[in-house]
Amino acid sequence: MASAEEVAKEAERRDIRDRWVLSAPALIIIFLAASGPLLIVVIYSFLTPGPYGGVVWKFSTDGWLSVLLQRDIFDDTLAFADAHLSIFWRSISLSFYTTVLTLFFGFPTAYFIATRPPKTREVWVFLVTIPFWTNLLIRTFAMQQVIRNEGLVNTALMALGIIKQPLQIMNTDAAILLGMIYVYLPLMVLPIYASMEKLDFRLVEAGYDLYAGRWQVLRRIVFPLIKPGVIAGSILVFIPSLGAYVIPRVLGGGKNMMLGNLIELQFGAGRNWPLGAAISITLMVLVMIALLFYVRNASRSEGAHG
Amino acid sequence: MAKRPFDIQAQPGFGFMALLTFFALYLPIAALVTYSFNTADSLSRWDGVSLRWFISAWHNSAVQDASVRSLVLAVSAAALSTIAATMAALATTRTRPYPGLTFKYAFINQPLMVPEIVTGVALLIVFSRIKVWTGYSGLGYLIAAHTAFCIPFAYLPIRARLDSMDLTLERAAADLYATPWKAFRFVTLPLLRPAIIAGFMLAFVISLDDVVITEFVKSGGQDTLPTYMLGQLRRETSPEINAIATVFLALSVVLVTVFYFVNRRKP
Amino acid sequence: MPDKPDRNAIEVVNVRKIFGSGEGQVAALDTVSVSIRENEFFTLLGPSGCGKTTLLRLIAGFDFPTAGEILLYGQDIAPLPPFKRPVNTVFQSYALFPHMTVADNIGFGLEMLGKPKAEIKARVAEMLKLVKMEALAGRRTGQISGGQQQRVALARALAPQPKVLLLDEPLSALDFKLRKDMQIELKRLQHETGITFIFVTHDQEEALTMSDRIAVMSAGKILQVGSPWDIYDKPAERFVADFIGETNFLTAAVSNIGNGKARATLKSGATIEATVAEGFQPKDNATVVVRPEHAKLTKDKGELSGTVDNIVYFGTDTHIYVRLDSGEVFTVRQQNTRSAGCGFERGDKVGIVVGNDAAQVVRD
Repeated sequence: MASAEEVAKEAERRDIRDRWVLSAPALIIIFLAASGPLLIVVIYSFLTPGPYGGVVWKFSTDGWLSVLLQRDIFDDTLAFADAHLSIFWRSISLSFYTTVLTLFFGFPTAYFIATRPPKTREVWVFLVTIPFWTNLLIRTFAMQQVIRNEGLVNTALMALGIIKQPLQIMNTDAAILLGMIYVYLPLMVLPIYASMEKLDFRLVEAGYDLYAGRWQVLRRIVFPLIKPGVIAGSILVFIPSLGAYVIPRVLGGGKNMMLGNLIELQFGAGRNWPLGAAISITLMVLVMIALLFYVRNASRSEGAHG
Repeated sequence: MAKRPFDIQAQPGFGFMALLTFFALYLPIAALVTYSFNTADSLSRWDGVSLRWFISAWHNSAVQDASVRSLVLAVSAAALSTIAATMAALATTRTRPYPGLTFKYAFINQPLMVPEIVTGVALLIVFSRIKVWTGYSGLGYLIAAHTAFCIPFAYLPIRARLDSMDLTLERAAADLYATPWKAFRFVTLPLLRPAIIAGFMLAFVISLDDVVITEFVKSGGQDTLPTYMLGQLRRETSPEINAIATVFLALSVVLVTVFYFVNRRKP
Repeated sequence: MPDKPDRNAIEVVNVRKIFGSGEGQVAALDTVSVSIRENEFFTLLGPSGCGKTTLLRLIAGFDFPTAGEILLYGQDIAPLPPFKRPVNTVFQSYALFPHMTVADNIGFGLEMLGKPKAEIKARVAEMLKLVKMEALAGRRTGQISGGQQQRVALARALAPQPKVLLLDEPLSALDFKLRKDMQIELKRLQHETGITFIFVTHDQEEALTMSDRIAVMSAGKILQVGSPWDIYDKPAERFVADFIGETNFLTAAVSNIGNGKARATLKSGATIEATVAEGFQPKDNATVVVRPEHAKLTKDKGELSGTVDNIVYFGTDTHIYVRLDSGEVFTVRQQNTRSAGCGFERGDKVGIVVGNDAAQVVRD
């Protein structure tokens, strides 16, 4: 008979093997239909575009060069591609404004929910959760109902006689910004609320006891303690904003493109798959940078609070 | 004059901001729903309340097709991803760290880290090739893609439940002569059931909601409800879209409510 | 009393258990051997981290020893998984299945053994009666109190009629009064079922009142195995004397060792007769222990002398702390009477009488 020690070792080996077998289906599906194809994108970014879309298997760095530069068709010199630059700029700046503004509205909202009595608190959380789980396209479309020329805002303003002509909000950057704030707001509120819920209000009492005013209590006690939630919320808003595709497409009206739409354009009418692939990877790198920033901050604040 | 007692938790203006936020969250939804009951032919006019566009959407064969496809896809993807996620959760919780564990965590959550549009074009590149090679262009591609990005969502509640369950109950079962399989069947699985249901529903909602990846993976004539709606939005929209969106919205609310209660019920 | 006191239910032979590997290696059990007799109430006693729970888990089969054997009636069970051992456990947290009723919990083991339904039903009814839980058979385990959960856990572990019952600090979650009741209840159950109990606790009082024999453990080793009386009055090591009850430690030169007795010359110059722990190696600065209730305070001369430092009233008795002339503190416990005080005051010069049957020389 095997000794207890051999049995124990064998059991451990079997346990680890079983754990690989059990996780295999998930890993394989994700590899085949998510991670693996991403590697192909990298390869495609170094190929030559085919005449009717697709690629020709010939190495080329043109895709990458065209991300930010364009080749003059007459003298073959390189210059910055203004169109692409402005799309990069729009993506980054709109994502930034979205983050700041969702924080501006989301923080007081989360604070408000966290300070309700436990029973009503659940109802408020539920009210934030519902839009969160509602189809993004539908919410974008709902925003369109408010801001389009014959929509809620314009109808109301015209009925009140404040304006004679409808305000053109649709198909502007402002429409995209409004849409993104609307769609991503729950993503800011929920993590801040999660931190705030754990906040011990005796600390706030201690702050008042030590002569802090309301603003000082907020700034010196509440805010530092819920900072992990604020960072998490900001990342959860910033990252999908950066990769937004549906919102600019529906509310931006084709001209006001963001990176997502630029990528789609290259794979569709633009027929430049390598360029689309290169922009995709650039977008992914931007997202990774944001995530790294988050991970570093999260681990640091975890360390600080033990 | 009696002064109001000092409220420790109050911050001036926060209540107002919060109520404004809630108002803003629900105003567009209210507008969307209201317009869906519009009788007029276009969204530019308001001719009074009727169910005209709901009836019209109900009889629209494209909408019927897309709805059935969305449901079939969501059920398949949710079922497959929940099974895979349950197995993966069992494999990655309640253990000492072992080689590859961190890799598994990262890999399972990978679909959450990459913008949908990037995954979309990546799948377009690969699947369009495979479609040419194999000649098969059925629903399988969509099911595979949806299953992949649903796995991290299904994994979430199941893993959380397992993390909060230590191995004591399984040990007790083993102590009472249950073989590992019986311990799983009679102890682990019943205790995990609410989390598995929650995972399935999460995956179902996520699959049902997806636009971007579906848009890039679908073959011709494979519209789901969201991609159908996206396609319609390019044109001058009629209130029929509002009617579809309203029904979709109601479905989501029901699902979220059920999910909420399933998740809240403590074993 | 056990019928065949010589038959061993469990023999633990040279068992080592190492956790971790390389630099981080920790020996949770460092070559432990102990025999547990059939039908006895055996207690593993020690502070947390001493290895008592590890030993219990090895017997239950939740862990495997790094080396050594665990014999159950002569057969090595160390390599068997828990579901192949006729040994059941009462868990510290009870580990009742929350999705089953009380009756289903109790019947689980028999069901897993594939026993016929009728037999399970009869046995469950019998167990419910044994732990007086008949009325709550249909309840979910979340709907009953801590004490009731404890009873269900016991019934569940006893239902399959294990050869040995393991109890991992089963009373630690109960409040004082309930714990006292359960101690009596456990003794009754052990007596009625005639099953060997191995009980793990860090509570020395619990161990003394319930056990037939106790093994005192520290840092992965068994320091002493004996009856409660042995452990309390004849501690073999300084740790045992210190861990169980209150003790005075004195330093003495030991001579004339023989027959388990010796002459101990204290620092004060007085010489007393003392019992000697087995395996004691003669040396100059040996440790002598004297329990506070075995010494007497006197206003005359005693073997030791000093000044009363503090007097603390405890209801049944009074503790008098004496600062010895050599500088150490010595505690004397004195039974109280109703009307008179203890007869001493702070600052009194006193003598301490250590009788001839009060001191034990221990190993260090």
